[in-house]
Amino acid sequence: MKKGYFGDFGGQFIPELLMPPLIELEEAMQTILPSEEFQTRFIQMLKENVGRPSALTYCRHMSEDLGLDLWLKREDLNHSGAHKINNTLGQGLLAKMMGKEVLLAETGAGMHGVATTVAAAMLDMKAVIYMGAEDVVRQAPNVNRMRLMGAEIVAVESGTRTLKDAINEAMRRWLADQENTHYCFGTAAGPHPFPELVREFQQVISKEARQQFMDRTDGALPDVVVACVGGGSNAIGMFHHFVPDASVKLIGVEAAGTGEPGCDNSAPLNLGSSGVLHGMKTKLLQTDAGQIMPSHSVAPGLDYPGVGPEHAHLQDIGRAQYVTINDNQALNAFVTLSRREGIIPALESSHAVAYAIENKDALKGQSVLVNLSGRGDKDLGILDRIL
Amino acid sequence: MNHMHMKINDATQHGKVGLIPFLPAGFPNREQFWKELEALDKAGAAVIEIGMPFSDPVADGPVVEKASLRSLADGIDLNWIFTELKARKGQFNAALLLMGYLNPVYQYGLEAFGADCEAAGISGLILADIPHEESQFVKDAIEPHGVALVPLIGLNTSRERMQLYAENASGFCYFVSVLGTTGQQKALPDRIKEKLAEAKAVFDIPIALGFGIENPAQLARFDGLMDAAVFGSALISHIESGKSSAEFMQPWA
Ligand SMILES: Cc1ncc(COP(=O)(O)O)c(C=O)c1O
Repeated sequence: MKKGYFGDFGGQFIPELLMPPLIELEEAMQTILPSEEFQTRFIQMLKENVGRPSALTYCRHMSEDLGLDLWLKREDLNHSGAHKINNTLGQGLLAKMMGKEVLLAETGAGMHGVATTVAAAMLDMKAVIYMGAEDVVRQAPNVNRMRLMGAEIVAVESGTRTLKDAINEAMRRWLADQENTHYCFGTAAGPHPFPELVREFQQVISKEARQQFMDRTDGALPDVVVACVGGGSNAIGMFHHFVPDASVKLIGVEAAGTGEPGCDNSAPLNLGSSGVLHGMKTKLLQTDAGQIMPSHSVAPGLDYPGVGPEHAHLQDIGRAQYVTINDNQALNAFVTLSRREGIIPALESSHAVAYAIENKDALKGQSVLVNLSGRGDKDLGILDRIL
Repeated sequence: MNHMHMKINDATQHGKVGLIPFLPAGFPNREQFWKELEALDKAGAAVIEIGMPFSDPVADGPVVEKASLRSLADGIDLNWIFTELKARKGQFNAALLLMGYLNPVYQYGLEAFGADCEAAGISGLILADIPHEESQFVKDAIEPHGVALVPLIGLNTSRERMQLYAENASGFCYFVSVLGTTGQQKALPDRIKEKLAEAKAVFDIPIALGFGIENPAQLARFDGLMDAAVFGSALISHIESGKSSAEFMQPWA
């Protein structure tokens, strides 16, 4: 396979001026990442600061309600509230050891921005966060958290004013500031080596979950593993150690928006086609003329017209299946998990939970392990609309 | 020798810098665009760069981005560009180049794109998101049609990487004057000189300097180190303020 590719997908479709920092990063992955110093410090941070291993929770009430065994991998219990912190501490430490002083990031829901800000504070670095102006309004609690912890926040007014445009602007900033700045990319997408690098830091999710599940079930594996897919980092982290287990069905859940035919959505694997954006060849929401279409989801963290290349590949070879859940189904799951289990999921993760609810008949009697990628505190503003 | 190379040579042999103006296709509107192109041609442009609008132009600064997005909103696409260019084939003295990003070209189909470039009299292509590593499939599709993939290099390009680009390069080499996007600087940094000299030694095609260039006075320092100058943002702003392309080109003549 060509370097930086997953089958047909991946690559490095970026301006030449960004190749030197990408090559520098790739070298750091080969030299610094495997070093004992890095590994020791990283594992210690995950334990001491993030709270890993995160719990595996059996949902007693919902399992009864649905007629299946529902398990949650609790990334919502991580410090700062989502899986994003695994990646930002990893990239932050790597950048620090590369001699960088600034962590630059884009953010949609704000969770990656918060996690980058935490990493910067812990590592005595500066955080610069690009966020679509629309998302700045939608996810105000996270903006406040970032401000409190000292991040410089840039509200992006161009384009659709969401994650896609935040990525464009962050790439421009990185072009200009590449000497001191590491672009702490927030998901398993973008140009090589980001998809591999982010997966490396997120695979801890399935490494833990697989062992925890087997410990609780006398060595059995789950029948189905489910995760929501925005850029695809929590999903690839959740899938990785199950990929060789042929008996385990892998389900990625994309956001269908309102779900009406032709509506704006965030489901490139289901409703998109092959193309090139943000440094990678992948599945995209685009017009016939190759212009990127606006995306939509009630969950800002899923609101992205592309997806990490490894997911496009897993879909291509039939190893993972990608389905859609619409806004209302996700909101229903948001409320249901809160009421039945006392766990408030992020709207992003609610899409994954909704898969189990909506497919309860087909899943009857099976064990379904859902990655709860984050907690819903940031989404409480939306309650005014639904309750 | 590629047509762009010849046109830049024509200028340098007369002791001048080759002029490479850039305008997004369909800017400032469909009709005016062709008038601007004719004016630029008459005013002695060596190569004219025509922008193919894209929704997510990460290498462009605010002026170019805004102009391109406006063209996009007006429905400008590759079909329009090729249809109009074919109708005008042979009318331009300058060599013509298309500049943009991969995805619209990829969706158009690279084979069809190469053939249409030839039919429309295009002799060069810049794709801002194609580094050396991903360039082969693009070259395979366009080079048989006499279209050169113009390499972009910059202040952070090592000599080794310059050599990768120099192998089989034709047309000209585009040297980006800043670490950043188009149109965002006033003063060109001094270390450009050193890097230009390096590029001069590596490439046997002309070197064009671009990004942030608005007047000939800026270039005096780089005499002998470059063969051509690209200007986009400054020209777009000039036209937006109601002035003519001919007027913009005058100080360079
Ligand atoms: C809680 C949560 N889950 C999921 C995502 C989606 O991202 P990814 O698919 O990269 O994990 C986000 C993104 O912001 C998020 O905040």
